[in-house]
Amino acid sequence: MNITKYIAQAILVGLMFAAGAAHALTEQDMMALSSGDNDQRIAKLATVVTAGDASVIPFLNSLENDEVKYTGKKVYIVNDKGTVDAATGLAVALPDDAQDVINNNRMRNKLDAAIAALNLESTDAAVRLQAAKTLSQSDAGESTLALVKKAEKIEKNPEVHELLVEIRASIELLSGDPAVRMQSARDLAGSTSSDVKDLLASRLLPGGETDPDVRKVIAAAMHTIDKRLSYYEAAGTVFTGLSLGSVLLLAALGLAITYGLMGVINMAHGEMMMLGAYATYVVQNLFRHYLPQWFDAYVIVAIPVAFVVTGLVGIALERTVIRHLYGRPLETLLATWGISLILMQLVRTLFGAQNVEVENPGWMSGGVHLASNLVLPYNRITIILFAFAVLLLVWGLLNKTRLGLFVRAVTQNRKMAGCVGVNTARIDAWAFGLGSSIAGLAGVALSQIGNVGPDLGKTYIVDSFMVVVVGGVGQLAGTVYAGLGLGIISKYMEGFTGPVMAKIIVLVIIIIFIQKRPQGIFALKGRSVD
Amino acid sequence: MNTRRTFIKSVSALAAGLALMTGSLMAQAAGKPPIKVGILHSLSGTMAISETALKNMALMTIDDINKHGGVLGRKLEPVVVDPASNWPLFAEKARELLAKDKVAVVFGCWTSVSRKSVLPVFRELDGLLFYPVQYEGEELERNVFYTGAAPNQQAIPAVEYLMSKDGGSAKRFVLLGTDYVYPRTTNKILRAFLHSKGVADSDIMEEYTPFGFSDYQTIIAKIKKFASEGKKTAVISTINGDSNVPFYKELGNQGIKAKDLPVVAFSVGEEELRGVDTKPLVGQLAAWNYFMTLNNPVNKAWKKEWAAYVKKHNLPEPALTNDPMEATWVGIHMWAQAVEKAGTTDVDKVIPAVGGQKFKAPDGFTIEMDPKNHHLHKPVFVGEVRADGQFNVVWKTPGPIKAQPWSPYIPGNDKKKDEPDPK
Repeated sequence: MNITKYIAQAILVGLMFAAGAAHALTEQDMMALSSGDNDQRIAKLATVVTAGDASVIPFLNSLENDEVKYTGKKVYIVNDKGTVDAATGLAVALPDDAQDVINNNRMRNKLDAAIAALNLESTDAAVRLQAAKTLSQSDAGESTLALVKKAEKIEKNPEVHELLVEIRASIELLSGDPAVRMQSARDLAGSTSSDVKDLLASRLLPGGETDPDVRKVIAAAMHTIDKRLSYYEAAGTVFTGLSLGSVLLLAALGLAITYGLMGVINMAHGEMMMLGAYATYVVQNLFRHYLPQWFDAYVIVAIPVAFVVTGLVGIALERTVIRHLYGRPLETLLATWGISLILMQLVRTLFGAQNVEVENPGWMSGGVHLASNLVLPYNRITIILFAFAVLLLVWGLLNKTRLGLFVRAVTQNRKMAGCVGVNTARIDAWAFGLGSSIAGLAGVALSQIGNVGPDLGKTYIVDSFMVVVVGGVGQLAGTVYAGLGLGIISKYMEGFTGPVMAKIIVLVIIIIFIQKRPQGIFALKGRSVD
Repeated sequence: MNTRRTFIKSVSALAAGLALMTGSLMAQAAGKPPIKVGILHSLSGTMAISETALKNMALMTIDDINKHGGVLGRKLEPVVVDPASNWPLFAEKARELLAKDKVAVVFGCWTSVSRKSVLPVFRELDGLLFYPVQYEGEELERNVFYTGAAPNQQAIPAVEYLMSKDGGSAKRFVLLGTDYVYPRTTNKILRAFLHSKGVADSDIMEEYTPFGFSDYQTIIAKIKKFASEGKKTAVISTINGDSNVPFYKELGNQGIKAKDLPVVAFSVGEEELRGVDTKPLVGQLAAWNYFMTLNNPVNKAWKKEWAAYVKKHNLPEPALTNDPMEATWVGIHMWAQAVEKAGTTDVDKVIPAVGGQKFKAPDGFTIEMDPKNHHLHKPVFVGEVRADGQFNVVWKTPGPIKAQPWSPYIPGNDKKKDEPDPK
């Protein structure tokens, strides 16, 4: 950079400061920003930003938050603190004919960019970072260039600096000087943002970049970014697959006990999940009523509640109905299906036929921003972790406790277990209760990602059986592999064919698989198979 | 004993007083048998999220008409059935209403697949259906009046807005919908419309999900990728039913902002956004012929009446109104006016009387039922979601526009008549 340019810039910055000190928003300015044609408002906003006076930020914030109203000559700010005259800051009464300022997306985009650009001078690094992030995601525009350049020069924080380079280069990519455009394209090659890629791609379209050398650099930069983005994309597919897999795993784990180990074709399994989800709903409402300050913790409390409630329902079912039907699969199927209808109708009567609203706690909303095309939502991450926690619990219960030992003994050889003094009837009840409890836990998880209604179980029952059958009846490990495997395959297919076709393809694959290998992925070996 | 007797006395005195006050109309109404009207909306299943409010609105409208003396001096008696978001059950319930309950008219259906499944029944038994929801067009039935929008009254203006400067000058479009007849047909029309505007097939992505779908991660990732090819992209959503909740939740979680990637929805209104955290969705769009925020005296009075009804009947608060509810209100009133004009509830006489009816609607206009094509002339609004789940109107037509049930963008439609075939 040559010295005259440097001096010119310094003078420009100095001028801006001088102008800024003298320039606070007049009533006319506010009016021009609030009312009239969007083109004119945006032009006015550009002049305000070019002036670079940070004292206008509060008004712009009010504008952005839909707090500004206006009449023929006055502008007002109305928020929960009351109504003030925007020009004087004094409290006044709002006249009846005051109109709302309507900001559409285009206007909001410009406002965001303006506020962010002005915030780049903030002394607080966090504010600057947020501002740079916002600016990099909005259509920054020519008017912010001076502010961005200035900030880029003095910024010490590497993360903010990197973003500023990207923003400056994005603006200058449209510059009149081919050398500047060339440099910008080179600067942008380091980006991992799909917005930048979008911008570069737009320059390669007809009507974009004309200089052949610059075009070459842009194409190369785009290729570099594309390559980087494709890694994240692949990671994204794995994550969504894992996420669907964990949901399938959760849904199937309970069934792996009731159907897999005990051999009960439990058609009411889905309704146990539904009960778990409704238990979550009830706990949520109790928290909202009695402990609103602890609302974010309701999910944690819902876990044991759902576990106990569905467990008790399961034990009651086993004692009253299912124990009479051991060894009669067809009757069990019909009876449990009947039970599922009864449970659904019961819930309809108690809670109404409509879906109920289960809100995500604050810490489950939003996501981890890894790259512009890879955001991992917190609710999905939580459910993946939860699925593995439940898996660990089930595995521990079956393999490390006395109850688990008895359950395995009874399911493998009922008569022999009875002979050595195991109370087989009680073990059956406990095992069925445990399977139902696990379904209840799945219900808690499902309530956080989907709709909670009386029909919730129907959506998952087929998937659950699918996972257990593919995994191999009587096998926990098989359920895990089948759940995660089916999840990843489904999501991978969805990427090409869309969800409707993907589901069909997965079902076809399963049918073929079961034809070839009826015992599932893992088959129990040895004498226990009879 | 004594207190009970005085209580009865005072009640009957009160009743007598009321009857006197409301005058001769009421007395007349009480004397003649009521007119039965059917209400055919899903009160359970995936569509309950949208349709339950319509049932309630229909009941309120019937209350309102009864309060003002009924129709032909007779009271209206609603017969409510629940087809449970189950399309074949719609046909069964429609038959029950027409054949067993002998209703004079049916108000109902939301999804086009439910409407298609009841059509043969209405044709066979010569019933009368008022259908209150925007739909794909390509249909004109003698036995049906359509009080929702045809594609040229909703979908096409919305896309034109997206292509305008204020709408973000979109050049690339994602057509995302639930997998059934309405989204598929609408998207067919939209694709033809986009072609006519010079948008190439490579700039259109079409994607469908089943009813009740709830895992939108992959689809949103795909949309994001599609949107980063150098052209401003917009999503046109014809997702119906409760899938909208997980869809919008996922949009919020993925940090997608309306100003980067606007989503315009044709089946999402105030009622569907109930229970969704709308803060991340600010700026997302919907196109309708009515929004609750419209500022006019008719709308104010209507909202007030609805709020009072909601309070009285203990319905979910806050009381929200939306486009299909408005269409229900307008439809029932227009039917009542037509019956008054025809002097009978006989379907063959009522049908010609409905055409040309005018009604002061909450959308701020006196809207008219087209004399011929069984559709309303409606104004079109495009709204952006606010943080409180309501909509700011950012664009509107100057006045009501005539419906084109046969879209000019589908080849062969230019030869079709703009009125239903006679019986």
